[in-house]
Amino acid sequence: MNDFKINKTYSEINEKIRRGEAVVVTAEEMIDIVKENGAVEAASQVDVVTTGTFSPMCSSGAFINFGHTDPPIKASKVWLNGVPAYAGLAAVDVFLGATEPVYDDPLNKIHPGSFDYGGGHVIHDLVAGKTVLLKAEAYGTDCYPNKYVEKEVTLKDLPNAILCNPRNAYQNYNCAVNLSKKTIYTYMGTLRPNLGNANYCTSGQLSPLLNDPCYETLGIGTRIFLGGAQGYIVWHGTQHNPNVPRLPNGCPKGPAGTLMVLGDLKEMSPRWLLGISMQGYGCSLAVAIGVPIPILNEKMAEYTGVSDDEIVTQVKDYSGIEKEPLCEVTYSQLKSGWIEVRGKKVHTVPLSSYIRAQEIANILKSWIKEGTFLLGEPQQLLPRKI
Amino acid sequence: MYAKMIVLRFPKEVVDKPIVTNLVRNYNLTFNILKATIFPRKEGLMVMELRGNKKDYDRGIEYLQRLGVKVDTIAQDVRRDEETCYQCGACTAVCPTGALNIERPSMKVIFNSDKCSACELCVKACPTRAMTVSFNRNIDF
Repeated sequence: MNDFKINKTYSEINEKIRRGEAVVVTAEEMIDIVKENGAVEAASQVDVVTTGTFSPMCSSGAFINFGHTDPPIKASKVWLNGVPAYAGLAAVDVFLGATEPVYDDPLNKIHPGSFDYGGGHVIHDLVAGKTVLLKAEAYGTDCYPNKYVEKEVTLKDLPNAILCNPRNAYQNYNCAVNLSKKTIYTYMGTLRPNLGNANYCTSGQLSPLLNDPCYETLGIGTRIFLGGAQGYIVWHGTQHNPNVPRLPNGCPKGPAGTLMVLGDLKEMSPRWLLGISMQGYGCSLAVAIGVPIPILNEKMAEYTGVSDDEIVTQVKDYSGIEKEPLCEVTYSQLKSGWIEVRGKKVHTVPLSSYIRAQEIANILKSWIKEGTFLLGEPQQLLPRKI
Repeated sequence: MYAKMIVLRFPKEVVDKPIVTNLVRNYNLTFNILKATIFPRKEGLMVMELRGNKKDYDRGIEYLQRLGVKVDTIAQDVRRDEETCYQCGACTAVCPTGALNIERPSMKVIFNSDKCSACELCVKACPTRAMTVSFNRNIDF
């Protein structure tokens, strides 16, 4: 079936984890292991490689059931701390989106708006144990006569709260610059004019999907670190696009795969879910994700041994002047602090926290070593063709 | 050569006096003003880097204090909430003085308040609003 020298299964690795014998390293540590020993030896030594990423991930939100009231209500409009939640679901179920601003936010009326509070902040406040004011309106029915509810809730009071993010952990992303003559405010942060700065947003060699670039081990049911707790990959994310140009090592040269992830908000921690405000753009949620990559064979060892100088991304103009990428850069260039674009030395700015990505990979490593985290064997891998 | 970034708060009685000029003429100091405001009740606020030899600098500060000018270092007014900051680095895009910068290869985001000019650009550029500048609300004479 295949010609690998090393062949391991998920259940063999899980058996080792249960016995406390699994060898787990972070994606950073794996680089040298593969370089020094080669992929085959690395695959025979290492069972799991842990990855991590912590950055704004706009396509995030939470399903919340706020509990039946007496008399019952079929809520049609719901606000949490003034942030509208989508209530077009059954009676007291809502979906709170991370980028929804508070109802009376001045938005960009005075540009650039500051977007101080939104869905992401409500999620953070709930996880931090804070009291949140819930208001619900309804039109009233024979079976749900109540037309208005207002109550203070905490995460503990809510019968269910599930973080469900349709598109997270983008496999690679553009590096953003601004060719125009004025500062622009984007989801990639503030971009100063005339190539004033170059913003990028992945953890490079630590990034989950850059360590399984061709989706050979991850899919529906993969257990992950999500917001400080254990969560799951439940589907490929929206806009998941495997069909992008790739390097010989399998890594896409630009945005490609994505993950839909889910987990119990009640188990998560405020340190790993942060409400954020992107000036002039909107609010969002910074999400912490760590994915364990099982080293099933030497190919996976090779993939997880990838380093920043072997991963590239495209530098793109976000002012709309130039549609095509301006150039290609490696992550080690980006991390050095400077890249060259059109002959100009441009200062690079990360939006993704590398320090926290390391911390996530290390926490996940310790969970697996302690035997409290077992690998989830995917029922179906992420699509390699769409 | 000694240099420090300072915040001066002028009481309304002296706001119309040529005080900074005297720092140059009588105390041999040079300055670089980064921010200057006069508030509705006529109190003034100025952020500047003051530079000279240490002896002159100390005498200059003494002169300011004698006139009732309150002198603070920037560090007392610009703070980073270490709990809220998640070490992303977005602030380094806008910081003009390099007070906010990234230590390599660790990728730690460093805040060096000695270099801060209190321009406040980082306050809104920080996604989690971890940077606070308090001096505008802090005028107490």
